[in-house]
Amino acid sequence: MTAGASLEQASPPKVRSEKITQRGRALLGDLLWHLVLSAFAIVLIAPLVWLISTSLKEPSAIFTLPPKWIPDPIRWQNYPEALNAQPFARFFLNTMIITILATLGTVITASMAAYSFARLRFPLRSFWFGLMISTLMLPSIVTLIPTFILFRYLKWIDTFYPLIVPFWFGGSPFFIFLLRQFFLTIPLELDEAARIDGASNYRIYWQIILPLAKPALATVMIFSIINHWNEFILPLIYLHSTDKWTMAIGLQGFSDLYSTQWHWLMAASTVMVLPLIILFFSAQRYYLEGIHMTGLTGR
Amino acid sequence: MAVTNSTPQRRRRRSLLWRENLDGYIFILPWMIGFFVFVAGPMVASFLISFMDWEMVTPARWSGLAQYERLFNDSRFYLSLYNTAYYVFIGVPLHLLLALLAAMAMNLNLRGIRIYRTLYFIPSITPVVASSLLWLWIFNPEFGLANSMLNWLGLPSLYWLQDPKLAKPAFIIMSFWTIGGQMVILLAGLKGIPPALYEAAQIDGAGNWASFWNITLPMLSPAIFFNLILAVIAAFQVFTQSYIITGGGPENATLFYVLYLYRMAFENFRMGYASAMAWVLFLIILLFTYIQFRLSDRWVFYEGSVPD
Repeated sequence: MTAGASLEQASPPKVRSEKITQRGRALLGDLLWHLVLSAFAIVLIAPLVWLISTSLKEPSAIFTLPPKWIPDPIRWQNYPEALNAQPFARFFLNTMIITILATLGTVITASMAAYSFARLRFPLRSFWFGLMISTLMLPSIVTLIPTFILFRYLKWIDTFYPLIVPFWFGGSPFFIFLLRQFFLTIPLELDEAARIDGASNYRIYWQIILPLAKPALATVMIFSIINHWNEFILPLIYLHSTDKWTMAIGLQGFSDLYSTQWHWLMAASTVMVLPLIILFFSAQRYYLEGIHMTGLTGR
Repeated sequence: MAVTNSTPQRRRRRSLLWRENLDGYIFILPWMIGFFVFVAGPMVASFLISFMDWEMVTPARWSGLAQYERLFNDSRFYLSLYNTAYYVFIGVPLHLLLALLAAMAMNLNLRGIRIYRTLYFIPSITPVVASSLLWLWIFNPEFGLANSMLNWLGLPSLYWLQDPKLAKPAFIIMSFWTIGGQMVILLAGLKGIPPALYEAAQIDGAGNWASFWNITLPMLSPAIFFNLILAVIAAFQVFTQSYIITGGGPENATLFYVLYLYRMAFENFRMGYASAMAWVLFLIILLFTYIQFRLSDRWVFYEGSVPD
């Protein structure tokens, strides 16, 4: 075992100086940590590995003991088959449309409110800000039924509007707060210089604040994309006909219809999960930085 | 003063101020409209509907406290409340504790720690629908990963989702899969603790344990508190997992509050009853949030404030 080998390396039988034993002990400690952390990592990642491996298995090879991790033979047909068993291309497109339009609204209107709260002085500002923050703690279930009734009255049931329009009104208090915190770190002198040059608040927002806040905007965008991509209860309530479904609902419907076809089910799940994982990997920096700069840690 | 007030500069400044006031409101206008139309309005409406008998197809009828009376005599209401309380009060603290342990491990000075961070976080971005299907397999009594692991340890298989006694613990275990989100937030908090504090403690002869209790925990307490508040609110509204995995079974063991509410509202269209349920949940959440804020004086430490 590598563990034993490096252990011996780290603590040779004849110890010459205290420094060497100390380093040896530190190395041993590191090694133990690696063992513990990778054991947990394997447990956490195993379900996702199983997801992808099942999506490439023959139906007969899925439920075996012990579980086989590498499919043999690899069955790529699962993907076209699964995607044709239900209009999955349609679901994918629907999810994209909703996610993009809702995210766009969120970024625009949340950044507007955040600019106002961070930079402009107006009466009752702290009152509105406090009110906005307090809605962070409001359970969304309380507003669900009247909002449903409102949209039903507007004849918006079975359209994408209920999943998009509300997000053009500030997005979410969480995002407004996040952006405000970031805007506060942009030097005020920039605004003042622009104002002396005769720039209006709209120009300052558009040409100074927004370009400088790109990392924060990217963070909000990623959070928002993940939320809308994964959203379940809203499409469940509002989208009824199959051609309007999002992937989340399609996948759920799929599991009802083909509960025994795990290879298809997992192929469809992979199609839903993979874009998010790719997005996360390509924008990981923004995601983690975003959490840092919000002062989400409470300080 | 009255004279200077009318000088051109003054007038210009006043109009600038007025402009700023107006712009301030224009910029928050979308949010404000959203607040009234999608938050405040529906809150009031939901309160009013809870005093009505309304099944969507029939016209709404004022029924006073009848819905609440029915609610408080409904054994399923109490059962769903119990199930949810179980999930909240056992699940949330354990989840938070694990997230804290993970965050502290991720704060170690180890080679390749970033890779672990990413791996631990990835489950958190997996769509609930997909992860619910995955956990259906993990808890499969014959072929699932959970029982494979138990057997490997020489333990007997369990009927996780079929046994009413085990279903709720199974849901809590499932929630551990997504500790990554809280882990990342707590890690950001840990990174924000000035190293000088630990150095000073070391000079004073404090061990790791003393440093943890006297520096890490107090400095991290605002982040823990913030996470606790939001996690409790979210856990009270647990829905999707039980909707997909168990449909509330076995024997209603995972009939969580919002699942029951959803069925009342969107399967039985009993909007009055469901609204009463929503308001009761809202008051419960409000109460627990208030209690947590009150208790926070005792354990949450804010750097800026001086403890008495």
